[in-house]
Amino acid sequence: MSASAEATVVITHDVGLHARPSVKFTKLAKTFAAEVEIALAANGPWFDAKSIVKVMATKAPKGTVLHIRASGDGADDAVDALVELVRRDFDEGADHVRTA
Amino acid sequence: MSGPLRLQGISASAGYAEGPLFDLDQTVLSYVGKGTADEEKAALETAIAIAAGRLTVLIEMAVGDAADILEFQIAMLGDDALSSPAFTAIYAGQPADQAWRQALDAEIAGYDASDQDYFRARAADIRDIRDQVLRALSEDGDVQAPAGAIFYGEDIAPTRFFETDWSCGGGIALKAGSTASHVAMLARSRGVPMVVGLGASLAHLAGTALLDAEHGGIVLSPSKAEIDAFRHSSSSFSARRDRAGTFLARPAVTKAGTAVRVQVNIADPSDVDGIDIATCDGVGLMRTEFLFGKTLPDEETQYRAYRKVLEWAGDKPVTIRTVDAGGDKPVPGFTVAEGNPFLGLRGIRLSLARPEVFRVQIRALLRAAVHGSLKVMFPMIAIVEEYRQAAGMFAEEQAVLATRGIVHKMPPLGIMVEVPSVAIAPEALAEAAFFSIGSNDLTQYVMAAARDNAAVAHLNSVRHPAVLRLIAAVTAFGQRENIPVSLCGDAGGDPASIPSLLEAGLRDLSVAPAQLAMAKAAIADVSV
Repeated sequence: MSASAEATVVITHDVGLHARPSVKFTKLAKTFAAEVEIALAANGPWFDAKSIVKVMATKAPKGTVLHIRASGDGADDAVDALVELVRRDFDEGADHVRTA
Repeated sequence: MSGPLRLQGISASAGYAEGPLFDLDQTVLSYVGKGTADEEKAALETAIAIAAGRLTVLIEMAVGDAADILEFQIAMLGDDALSSPAFTAIYAGQPADQAWRQALDAEIAGYDASDQDYFRARAADIRDIRDQVLRALSEDGDVQAPAGAIFYGEDIAPTRFFETDWSCGGGIALKAGSTASHVAMLARSRGVPMVVGLGASLAHLAGTALLDAEHGGIVLSPSKAEIDAFRHSSSSFSARRDRAGTFLARPAVTKAGTAVRVQVNIADPSDVDGIDIATCDGVGLMRTEFLFGKTLPDEETQYRAYRKVLEWAGDKPVTIRTVDAGGDKPVPGFTVAEGNPFLGLRGIRLSLARPEVFRVQIRALLRAAVHGSLKVMFPMIAIVEEYRQAAGMFAEEQAVLATRGIVHKMPPLGIMVEVPSVAIAPEALAEAAFFSIGSNDLTQYVMAAARDNAAVAHLNSVRHPAVLRLIAAVTAFGQRENIPVSLCGDAGGDPASIPSLLEAGLRDLSVAPAQLAMAKAAIADVSV
């Protein structure tokens, strides 16, 4: 069965959606069968959340409202998991921020 | 035959290295075209796989930051979105190397254009990825750098850093580069000496070079005396560094218990990313010339840069110096070519001559001031009229912002004390909110010895009695008149000069972030 889901989350990481968080983000996105996309505005443009090239190219700084949407198998789980990852600051303590 | 040549840049990682120069910018690649598009595509796929394979080998040996960077590069290489434009170009008739280069250059341009330092610094990573694949595509191997080499070039690839065995010494000297690059962070964490922003392009790249990444300089074709002096500084640095680490987290206090404020000098807003605010008393000098690197920055760009540093500092003061272009820091489209630039239209003189440029900076500063404890100072003030004119422009722009209902705040306005006229007769500038002694320029003007000329380097000493006497007089005048006096030249972070500066009465120094620990350690040894 197919489904779709959409949510927004604010990036609180000090330097935004940068190299290491992008790696984590795309790796997690790839674990879902659903098609997952991100955007910096509700009306797009939308980018493949499984492509690190596309995710990094958004150059989303701290404070960005990130839009995440998914469609297909496990769409809800995919969006929930990715929102959680951003909310948890990509599991990075503040002491990591400056070295990334 | 030419004598020694001294170039000055910015220290990205303190330390000393003596070794043969290795040119990073030499071209080594030659790709032989394959004929059909399918063969070109296969060649590129193989090269990408080889490059990824090499990174995977490196990642086994890497930890922490290094592993993170490699993982990022491997992820990028494994992403079809990176290579698909190249494959499209191959089927349009391009050879693999050109197709790949164009696809990656487009990606790099995107990062170069970012208004955020962090993302701009990622351009070096993408260049690295590009060059690794190009290297794998070409049959010729890379020219190996000799052990202990000083890498000199436009910029350096992170993989070059990883592949180099730094245990036998060596260092990095870049014409461009950034203190926020991955390599700069790695160099700091591994203790590899590194200088960026050397600017000049050298015609003859050969022989031994002396890299002084404590003070941000490099000497090429050094004399015997320079080599001896360098080795002395180098061994004293190692000894001090070992001891200094323990002082970083503590407030600076002399042997006699006198507290000394130690602030940091920064050049780029991203410099603060590597500094723990708890280890310093604020920013004693934020240079703004870097913002004027390629083009004149607009108000928003400047505002964001200033705000970032102010928010990082919290309630600690941040002293921002209005643009000090000219002299040895030309800015295309702003500075003018002069026969004697150090005595010409530089610093506040240039800003007053180009009010349309200066007013943009003034507005950005007034707006940023609400985000922290901002102080603003003017460089190269020689007479009080310059101060009054600049302060008047601040008042005018403040009125403009007020009428438009834009949030702003007037910061205290001070001056750099670096032109001898002010150091000799500071009473003429008693209306300034504070003094910050620029010991680099003050010394070169008092001694009539350019600081970028190795031939007169022996004259360029802040510890000459003439210079110290002026510093002491300015400090005493400030104490009498209740004008705060600090010092933000290189001497402030130089352990050999710190005793003299404290004896001259200074209690407020601003130093390069890399010198913070050593400056505090040196202060602890002084008995004033």
